[in-house]
Amino acid sequence: MILRDQELFGLYMGILALLVVASIIGFLLEWKVKSPRGRETVANINSRIKAWWVMSGVFAVANLAGMTSTILLFGLLSFLALREFVTLTPTRRGDHRSLLFTFFFLMPLQYLLVAVKWYGMFSVLLPVYAFLFIPTVNALQGDPKNFLERTAKLQWAAMICVYCLSHAPALLMLEIPGYQGENAKLLLFMVLVVQLSDVLQFVWGKTTGRRAVAPNISPNKTVEGLVGGVASATIIGTLLWWATPFHPFVAWLMALGISLAGFAGGLTMSAIKRDRGVKDYGTLIEGHGGILDRIDSICFAAPLFFHVVRFFYSTV
Amino acid sequence: MASLVASFLAWLARLISGANALWLDCQPLPRQRIYFGNHTSHMDFVVLWSVLPDEVRTQTRPVAAEEYWTTSKLRKYVAAEVFRAVLVDRNSSTVEERRNQMERMLEGMGQDQSLIIFPEGTRGEGDEVQPFKSGLYHLAKAKPQVELVPVYLENLNRVLPKGEYLPVPLLSRVYFGPPMHLQDGETKEAFLERARQAMIGLAGQ
Repeated sequence: MILRDQELFGLYMGILALLVVASIIGFLLEWKVKSPRGRETVANINSRIKAWWVMSGVFAVANLAGMTSTILLFGLLSFLALREFVTLTPTRRGDHRSLLFTFFFLMPLQYLLVAVKWYGMFSVLLPVYAFLFIPTVNALQGDPKNFLERTAKLQWAAMICVYCLSHAPALLMLEIPGYQGENAKLLLFMVLVVQLSDVLQFVWGKTTGRRAVAPNISPNKTVEGLVGGVASATIIGTLLWWATPFHPFVAWLMALGISLAGFAGGLTMSAIKRDRGVKDYGTLIEGHGGILDRIDSICFAAPLFFHVVRFFYSTV
Repeated sequence: MASLVASFLAWLARLISGANALWLDCQPLPRQRIYFGNHTSHMDFVVLWSVLPDEVRTQTRPVAAEEYWTTSKLRKYVAAEVFRAVLVDRNSSTVEERRNQMERMLEGMGQDQSLIIFPEGTRGEGDEVQPFKSGLYHLAKAKPQVELVPVYLENLNRVLPKGEYLPVPLLSRVYFGPPMHLQDGETKEAFLERARQAMIGLAGQ
C-alpha cells in the first residue's frame, strides 16, 4: 500500500526525517548543556523524542495496515484514556455496573459501529442511548448520593475518551469523490497537524512564552506559545495540501481549525487535572505522562475535523 | 508449568488492576520479609503479589483462607502450586487454634520465604483501615530479624468492590513503606497501632 500511494509514502518520509533531525538536536543538546537544571530539561526532551519514535511507529503500522488495525489502535487508546480518566474521577460503589457497561459494552460497540460504517448509530449511540442508559443503571443501583454529579462525570468520560476519539478512525468511513481509498492520509493529516501544533506550542512557549492564557489552569500555556504554535502548525498543514482532497486555502483553514481545537482540548483537560490536583493523567508514556495527556488535543480536533469534512466533501 | 501460570497470572493481575508499585524508602529486594497490607477487595493479595519483581515474588507466599482455597481441585492447585499460599483457618477462635495458625505461618516462612498478610482480619469498606489483629505482633516476636514492610493498596476497592464479580479496569497503586521491626519492650497494642499508622501514612504519598 505504501508503495502504491506516493503521497502517503512522502508524508511518512517527512515524519521520519523530522524524527531523525529531532534526535540529532537532542543528542547535540545533551552534549552541550552542562547546568544541572538545563540537563534535566534536556533529559525530559530526549525521553519525549524517544516516545515520539515509538508512538509514530505504532501509529504508522496501524495506519498503513488498513482500517481494521486503525480502529483497533484507537479502540485501545480509548480504553487506556477512559481508565486514566475514571481513575481520577471519584466514583462510588453504585457506579460499578455502569462502569462495567461503559468499558465492556458501549466502548467496543462504538468502535464496531465505525468498522461496519453505520454512521447514523455511530453518531447517536453515546450522546443519546448511553445518555439515557447510564443514569438508569446508576439509579437501579440505589445510591442517591451525588447522583447527578456522578452520572454527569461518567457521561463526560464516555463522551471525551470514547465518542470524541472514535471520530479519528471514523474519518476512514467517509466517501470523498476522487479520493477513494486514500482516507488514511486524511487521518494522518489531522494527527500530524494536531500533534505538531502541540509540540510547536511547547517549543514557542518555552522559548518566547511570557503571558499565560489561563494562569490558574496551566501556567505552561502562553499566548506566545499559542500564537506561534498554531501559526507554524497551520503553515505546515497548508504545505501538506497535496496529500488531502483540499485546495491549499481550504487546507489552511482546516489546519487552523484543527490546531485551535487541539489547543482547546489541552486546555480543557488541564482544567480537569488542575481541579483534581494532579499534573498528568498517568505514567504510561515516558516524558509525556499518560495516554490522555498526549491525545487530549486529538479528542477535541477529531469530531470537528470529521464533521467539517463530512459536511463539505463526503457523499455519506 | 506452575511458574509459567504464575507469571501469566501476575501479568493479568497487573493488566486488570493497572497496578503501579511505588517503593518508598524500601527496596524491592529478595530478603525475608512480611508484607502487611490493607484489605479492601478480593484482588488484594493477587495484586500485591503480582507487582513484586520476579525474583522477589518466587519466594513470597500469601497467607490465604483455607476454607476458600480447598473447596475444589482447581483452587487447591492454584493455591498450592501457583501462589504457594500458606493456608490457615481464618475462623480460629480458641487459643489452641490460634497457636496452630501461627505455627503454620512460621513453618511456611522457613529460612528464606516472605509472607503477605492482611492484619485487619476482615475486609474493610476501603475508607478506613480497621484495627489490626494480633497475628502480626506474634510473627514479629517470633521472627525478630525479619523485615516488616507496610503496604498500602489504593483504588482496588474501586476496581473490584465487595460483592462484585467483574473488575472495572481502573488504575491502582501499591505503596511499599520503609521496613520496621518490633522494638524492645514495645507492648502489643503500641506495636500494632504503630504498624497501622505506618500503613495509613503511605496513602497518597
